[in-house]
Parts: sequence; C-alpha cells; structure tokens
Amino acid sequence: MPYAKPIPAVTPEMRPFFEFAKRRELSVQRCTSCGAHRFPARAICSECLSTACEWVRVSGRGEIFSFNVMHQVYHPGFAAEVPYAVVVVKLAEGVKMVSNLVGVAPHDIRIGMSVRAVFEDISDDVTLPKFAPA
Amino acid sequence: MQGGLARAAVRASACPVSHALKGRTAIAGLGITAQGKVYDLNHLGFASEAVRLALADAGLTRGDVDGLLVNPGLSWGDMGMASFQLQQAMGLRNLRLSATMHSGGATAGTMLQYAAQAIANRLCDVVACVFSDAPLKPPKPSADTGTSGGSGGAYGFGRGLEAAYGQFGVNAMYALVARRHMHVYGTTNDHLGAIAVAERQWANRNPAAQLNATPMTMEDYHRSRWVVEPFHLLDCCLVSNGGLAVILTSAERARDLARPPVYVWGMGQGHPGGDPAETLASGAALAKQTAFAMAGVTLEDIDVVELYDCYTFTVLVTLEDYGFCRKGEGGPFVADGRIGPGGTLPVNTGGGQLSSFYMWGMTPLSEAVIQLRRDGGARQVPDATIALVSGNGGILSTHSTLVLSSQPT
Repeated sequence: MPYAKPIPAVTPEMRPFFEFAKRRELSVQRCTSCGAHRFPARAICSECLSTACEWVRVSGRGEIFSFNVMHQVYHPGFAAEVPYAVVVVKLAEGVKMVSNLVGVAPHDIRIGMSVRAVFEDISDDVTLPKFAPA
Repeated sequence: MQGGLARAAVRASACPVSHALKGRTAIAGLGITAQGKVYDLNHLGFASEAVRLALADAGLTRGDVDGLLVNPGLSWGDMGMASFQLQQAMGLRNLRLSATMHSGGATAGTMLQYAAQAIANRLCDVVACVFSDAPLKPPKPSADTGTSGGSGGAYGFGRGLEAAYGQFGVNAMYALVARRHMHVYGTTNDHLGAIAVAERQWANRNPAAQLNATPMTMEDYHRSRWVVEPFHLLDCCLVSNGGLAVILTSAERARDLARPPVYVWGMGQGHPGGDPAETLASGAALAKQTAFAMAGVTLEDIDVVELYDCYTFTVLVTLEDYGFCRKGEGGPFVADGRIGPGGTLPVNTGGGQLSSFYMWGMTPLSEAVIQLRRDGGARQVPDATIALVSGNGGILSTHSTLVLSSQPT
C-alpha cells in the first residue's frame, strides 16, 4: 500500500536534514559564529544575526516538551490513525522539533518522557525522523 | 509588574504625544452585519455592508469618510490592497488615509491606534476600520459524510515538515501551548470549561449571538467532542461569515453625532516574540503598560473586560497577563464563575467569539462599544464606564490593548 501521508518537500534549505536522515542521523543547523543551534532551517541566526551556518549531527536524545492529540482528519493519510498524537521534542541541544512518538499510545504520553530519534523510510528521497521512548 | 509600569510612566512622560492622545478620538459608529452561517454576501459585500451600517449608526454619510483601514479575513485571499478594493466597491473618493493591515487577531486594536494617531494629528478626520470574512460555504445538497475538518480547508493549513507528522492548523498549535500550561501550572479542562460556560451564559442574554438560544452546562462542555486535546469543540471559537466596522473621529466631532461617543483613552501593542510554549504568556503585559499609562487607569478602574477568545485558554492566559490574577493561577481564578453574569468581573459580556460570533478582534471591540453606550439590554453591566479590550493574533504572538470610556476624560 502506497504511503498516504504528506511527504515533505526536500527544499534546498532543508536538503542536508534529509541527507542526514537517510543515514539515520538527526541534524539541525548550527550557527558557526555563536554556536547556537536552530531548527527548522533559517537563513539567519536569531541569536547573533550571522548568516554563517552548518548542519551538524545531534544526539537525537531529548524529552517530550508538549503534545496534543488530534481527533479531526485534516488529511486523508491520517484518517485511519485518529486520534493520534503530535509531540514537541526538546532535544538535549535545546532545539525543539515537532514529531511523532512511536510505540506509545496517545494517552500514555507524558511531558518529560525521555526519547530518542528513530527513522522511517517513507520514499526514495525522504526518511522521516520520529522519536521513541529512550 | 510595578517596575514595568513605572518605566512605562517615565517613557510616557518623556513623550507627551502619548498622553495627548487620551480622549482625543472617539468611536462614533458601529456596524455589525448578519453573522454566522449567512451566505448572501462575499467578503467584500460584508465589508461594504458593515461600513454602510456604521455610517448610518453615526449619522454620517459616505462622503464624510476620508480614511479607510481594512483587516482582511482569510477569504480575501492574497489579492492584496484590500482597502483599495473596498474603496472602489463603496465608491469612496479622495481618501487621505488608506491601508490594509494584518496583525492577526490584534488588528482591530492596531487599526484603531493608527486611526487615532492620524485623526489627532489632523491627517484625516473620519476613519472607517473594517473587518470581514466569509470562509463558510453553503451546505451542499447531498450530505457530506466525509471526514473533512470543517473549516479546516480555510483554517487548517499544514505547513511543510509539520504536515508529515499530522500537525495541521491553529487549533493544534494552540493545543501544544495549553497542554504545557496544564503541565506547569495544573490547569485543567474544568478550568477551561468554566470559561466556555460563562461566555455561553452571556450569549444566552445576547439576542445577536449565534448561540443565544443554546444553553451549555459543564457536563455539555465535557461531553463535546475532542477537536484536538486538550481542546473540546466547546473550547474553540465559532467560525463566522460577516463584516464589522467602527467609525473613529475626533472627540469634538463625535459629540455632535447621532450616538454617545465611546472615547479612546488608551492604546498599546505588545508583541513578545520567542516561543509561547516556553513563556506561556501573551503580549498583554507589554501592551497594557502603554495603554494603561496613556489612559491613566489601573485594573481597579475597569468595569467591563472584553478579551480576544479564539480559545477558552486564550482568555485564561490573557487574564493572567493583565494581572487580574497571578501567572499560572488563571484556572482557579475563573473556576468560581466570577467572569460570568452576576460575577465580580464581567468578561466577554456578549458571549465572545466562543458563543456570539467570530470577527477576530472586532468581536471584543464591538461588545465594549455596546456596553459603554449602555445598549447591552439583558446583558448590560450596570454603570459600565471604562472597558478593557484585547486583541491577540497568531499563537499568543501579537497583542493590542484598548482602554475605552463613555466619559471624555
């Protein structure tokens, strides 16, 4: 059965993220002037306004910062999954990512749970990072 | 907070234009079209009708308008230059002020702020501030049994990578902030439900409210379906077709017009930046500094409170940020019903966007005008003289404050 959820576009600014993900590595941008991490991709560091940056592999470790439980179907690809949870993970490096937590029922999710990155191949180009209990 | 207010007072005194604006302008006209599931006009039609009604209310004519500020709702699309479109649609000529403005749900307050400055500085004399939207489509002849997200097509846009995880729309983004507030401060759905029930009780006293005839109990609140946890359906605002306009002019001119002037005492904006899920706060504290210093009021002076309520949660956070209670205590603060009819702090006395109609920041603004004119009928707050109005856009991203009064000074 073909993958039915939205497949994110591999935009030029996000291409390195997906290249890391293909290798099952989680990455974010890092300002090479002040060292601040940021995600998703932005042209300018909001800490020091430098445009100099690189993509760096991060630990993939973090904790659940917040989550919701979606009951409405906004895209047919999620019709079979409602209610499903969307989580915000705060990585050890301080950056937040919107994601899904695999292997945990929505109502068993707790803020503060330790999580680690896992990877799901969804197309030839795109491997999607998600999270699982650490 | 006190330090902040003291700083604001210093700034205000160093800038005499701010205090000079108190009471210089007044709302002279209010126009509210039919609201809700009404389909006979499009966004431009609703905007035109709202301005026509507001002019008639004020006793002014089209030829008196020399300023036009428009906040286009979603159905205006990306056409741009909404104020010019409305000018052409209404045959307005020789405007001295025209702009399309978008600070999200804070725009009603920001439009009034710019209009007041322009009028006080004699750049123009009569400004129509307008919002309209028509995101609802007529029901289809055959029942749609699909699992569409309702107005999700208009409001539930997914964005890039987040859509891959099923994160769609403003409800889902606000829910992440509300969940965090619950975790940090112990806020519960009972607390949110108390706000929904209180606003419905106000709406039950407002014949113009979309849900005027529909009572709501706390049990009804808990039974309403989940949209996105922690939000039930009854935590979320309505979606409305309609238009709403106010006419602002100088205090002197307003005194000669048809209706009692509603004077603009104070105005402020606050746009905090950063991540609201970290701060769990709106821009209200910042906007309040400017507005209250200009108006020369404190919370104790406020008779009626009209807050932007895209969600019950927004009301809770906004009450905290204005200082009606301490940060994190919004839940217990509202739990005793004090914001409902007969309570000690009347909040969203028309039913708000949760139970009356959803015209973004124009909903709380219009109810403040009605209360200060003492036109509130069964929901009138006795002796309402000073009103606090908030606007809030994005995810607690933008904020505007207005202090309005039935008295000139």
